[in-house]
Amino acid sequence: MSIIEFHGVTKRFGSLVVLDEVDLNIEQGEVVVLIGPSGSGKSTLLRCINGLEIISGGDLMVDELSVNTGKTTLMNIRKEAGMVFQQFNLFPQMTALENVAFGPRRSRGVSKAQAQEEAMALLVKVGLGDKANHTPGELSGGQQQRVAIARALAVKPKVMLFDEPTSALDPELKQEVLSVMNQLAEEGMTMVVVTHEMTFAQQVGTRLIYMEHGRISVDGNPRDVIANPPSDRLKDFLVHVN
Amino acid sequence: MEIDWSIIVGFIPELINGAKVTVIITLSGLIGGMILGTIAGLMRAYGNKLLNSIAFIYIEIIRGTPIVVQVMFLYFALPVLADVRIDPFAAAVLAIVLNAGAYIAEIVRGAFLSINKGLSEAGLALGLPYWKVLVYIVGPVAFRRLIPPLGNQFIVSLKDTSLFIVIGVGELTRTGQEIMAANFRAVEIWTAVAVFYLIMTGFLTLTLRLIENRMRIL
Ligand SMILES: Nc1ncnc2c1ncn2[C@@H]1O[C@H](COP(=O)(O)OP(=O)(O)OP(=O)(O)O)[C@@H](O)[C@H]1O
Ligand SMILES: [Mg+2]
Repeated sequence: MSIIEFHGVTKRFGSLVVLDEVDLNIEQGEVVVLIGPSGSGKSTLLRCINGLEIISGGDLMVDELSVNTGKTTLMNIRKEAGMVFQQFNLFPQMTALENVAFGPRRSRGVSKAQAQEEAMALLVKVGLGDKANHTPGELSGGQQQRVAIARALAVKPKVMLFDEPTSALDPELKQEVLSVMNQLAEEGMTMVVVTHEMTFAQQVGTRLIYMEHGRISVDGNPRDVIANPPSDRLKDFLVHVN
Repeated sequence: MEIDWSIIVGFIPELINGAKVTVIITLSGLIGGMILGTIAGLMRAYGNKLLNSIAFIYIEIIRGTPIVVQVMFLYFALPVLADVRIDPFAAAVLAIVLNAGAYIAEIVRGAFLSINKGLSEAGLALGLPYWKVLVYIVGPVAFRRLIPPLGNQFIVSLKDTSLFIVIGVGELTRTGQEIMAANFRAVEIWTAVAVFYLIMTGFLTLTLRLIENRMRIL
């Protein structure tokens, strides 16, 4: 069994077909980098995995659970598939520590003391041990995104989904987030990452997927694909991304 | 007639009694209005079609009619329709509950819907059920945005109680009018009544400022 399995997944918004019978298997430990033009369905594909978008057809399994089997299953899937958003979306009324401890407490039912202890360890891990009592408003974008990564990790997911995690960041702040992601990959975390950071794709990615019009158009090893783009459109895309 | 401010002193106990009635009507009305308004506002924001429509109709009826008509209806028409006796005080409280409730519903709805969708998605993505997302994430953030418009509504409702003079509730304005009817000291009495209202609204404003300063608006 693969950790994520798309079986002919279709997603429509009204009459607009955003995912067009996508088949895709992702194995444990893979770092899949998802690229493609704006509107090609990258975010939607990611959001279908944790059920933030409900698929219109086909089947999608995450850790052997189908997203089609109701709310309770969906909540269980979400605990196994952590998500990091472009805009961080930290809870503004909570400190960094509370943000990270929140998921385990309210979603996994972990005790407050234990949740806080684990949250602190995660903040240290992302290099923010000294910011535990700061609220998101008091943190830089890069720091907020690292808290957001810690928040997602706190629920102990098997997969991490990243939707353009560095796109909202100033260039000098991207690296601190990318290096946390790099560290996660080295620890063997399964990751699906929508990003335009081609250096990250080459150095950290184990697989590169190029999407077009809701379909997977290229799927291969990042270095090979980037060195020898199998399609002219991908070649074009890579030129414009860099 | 010469203006003589000293005569007010003699009427202060009466005015205080009137003010007490005003405060009691306002407070009980607003407590009820908050509960009703929160429920109706959440029905508008998150309810299914039926709940949403019920709340919508209620809010539009209240917003579309004057509060004097509402209290007249409760006091004079409701007993005829429903065969219940209702005293002026109860009618007054009920009118504030229903009236403030509708406006508070709109405030609650607006505050909840103004919260960035990304926040609730972040909550859902952690594996929380939707109600927990509302209680622990959206609610607390929305609550901070509620405070300024809510304060405004509290002051409006407090002043609205003066309109219940039409059904003879012994609140502050009615008290002022009764004193006036006995001695025709219009300038002194209405000045005193105005000052009483200012003290009450000023107290409300101050309390709200304090709360606002305590709680950062996010
Ligand atoms: N909630 C929605 N309702 C209607 N259409 C939507 C919705 N979400 C996405 N779409 C549409 O679906 C298509 C794919 O969107 P998606 O966000 O998945 O693209 P993307 O590849 O992530 O693009 P970008 O690089 O701009 O983020 C777009 O045409 C978009 O307008
Ligand atoms: Mg996107």
